[in-house]
Amino acid sequence: MTKRLTLRVDPIACDGHGLCAELLPEHIRLDDWGYPIVDGEPVAPELVSLARRAAAACPTLALLLEARREPAR
Amino acid sequence: MTGAHALPRLLRGVQDRGTLTHPQHLRVHGPLPAAGRGAGPQLLDLVERSGLRGHGGAHVSTALKLRAVASRRRRAIVVANGSESEPASAKDKVLLARAPHLVIDGAVVAATAVGADEAILYVKRSHERMWAILSAAVAEREHATRGRPSLRLVAAPPSYVSGQETAVIAHLNGRLAVPTTVPPRPFERGVRGRPTLVCNVETLAHMALIARHGSDWFRALGSASQPGTGLVTLGGAVADPGVYEIAFGTPLADVLRRAGGVTERPQALLVGGYGGTWLDAQHMDDLTLSEGDPLLSAGSIGAGVLWVLGAGTCGVQESARVLDYLAAESAGQCGPCLFGLRAIADTFDLLARGLAGPGDVTRLLRWGADVTDRGACRHPDGAARFLGSALKAFAGEIAHHRAGRCTAVHAPSMPLPIAPRVAA
Repeated sequence: MTKRLTLRVDPIACDGHGLCAELLPEHIRLDDWGYPIVDGEPVAPELVSLARRAAAACPTLALLLEARREPAR
Repeated sequence: MTGAHALPRLLRGVQDRGTLTHPQHLRVHGPLPAAGRGAGPQLLDLVERSGLRGHGGAHVSTALKLRAVASRRRRAIVVANGSESEPASAKDKVLLARAPHLVIDGAVVAATAVGADEAILYVKRSHERMWAILSAAVAEREHATRGRPSLRLVAAPPSYVSGQETAVIAHLNGRLAVPTTVPPRPFERGVRGRPTLVCNVETLAHMALIARHGSDWFRALGSASQPGTGLVTLGGAVADPGVYEIAFGTPLADVLRRAGGVTERPQALLVGGYGGTWLDAQHMDDLTLSEGDPLLSAGSIGAGVLWVLGAGTCGVQESARVLDYLAAESAGQCGPCLFGLRAIADTFDLLARGLAGPGDVTRLLRWGADVTDRGACRHPDGAARFLGSALKAFAGEIAHHRAGRCTAVHAPSMPLPIAPRVAA
């Protein structure tokens, strides 16, 4: 079984630089104030390496690629 | 044992809005059962069978919360959350001022259930009389419990988000009382790094009664989907506004009757609090106050605020003021909340002033969806819920405003702790 990876934003850490939406528009768009909205869908296998690059490129390390989504509060 | 079907439960024995002293409290409720060996797991089972859910607004299963803390290895801490930031809510203040020992009992029971040796009462200091009552009650009990658990009263800051549970932990750890990123959750790492149970004070008071009378007694009142009773704060266009204890499943109409009825033809009802839902008055006759009522979009009555908006007050102006307050109370940590709630409030203010453009309602709806689930806490979600329901309930009045008219005859009157900057 393959691992299901999903993207999550740490909203406190995120400063809205917007690089992630440039690098991974398939899963991330920006709201009207420039902050990323991730779609919450499992990242397609062919996009996983791009997703890793987007997470690594975030200046505040606010984009997280996770094996299991923590239930939101 | 007093009748399981009798109301009130929490405010039993309170006369003339006075305070039950510890001896009076013991006469009314009897002593807490002694906590012998194995009392912790027994209490966890008891609370689970009762079906008790949190009364702070989120309605989380109390048993689940207790078990999460009890399952940790380190010694736990209990926080009784009485910060009650909802401007239109008074139920926790009333409970604390009239039956402080029932809340303290609940904290002692919770401490036994999760294996805590310390209980902290987290309450705003701005209500001086309540603070004095609690200081006296804690001093009285600290002596009686001989420090098992130790009891401590801590002042909560005045902000709206200071009652959110990670904000409570942050404050008690000496940091600014703003929500933090989870994980870690309070049960994993809370006060001084220890597993911490944060429970609303009313929830704890119910636990104090469940420990005495059992889960069947608790379930004798209430509905199948939400057993037990709850405190609600009734305000607005009613003859006798204030805090009432209701059995869940009670029709709204019964509660209104107890409060002497409405003083004006109702236009809408706000349910839950400022992060809650406006219901059009036509649905008020059908509403039952219970989790799962299809009319409650949040699924529950939240923190128990019921505000009746009379036909002579403008729901658009009221909503503009509340949205401005919610935007101002953003902790400013998360972009979508900081910028989104401000944009929503300013645009809604244009609606109230009759200055909005043709696309503004659509934009507000989109922004509401865009800020939902985007914060570290649920503050933006609540504001979005309030916004969406206001646009629906006051669609007619919004159309009037667009044409430069307002049908209101009274000034807005929903309580706000800070002066509004909009829709004056």
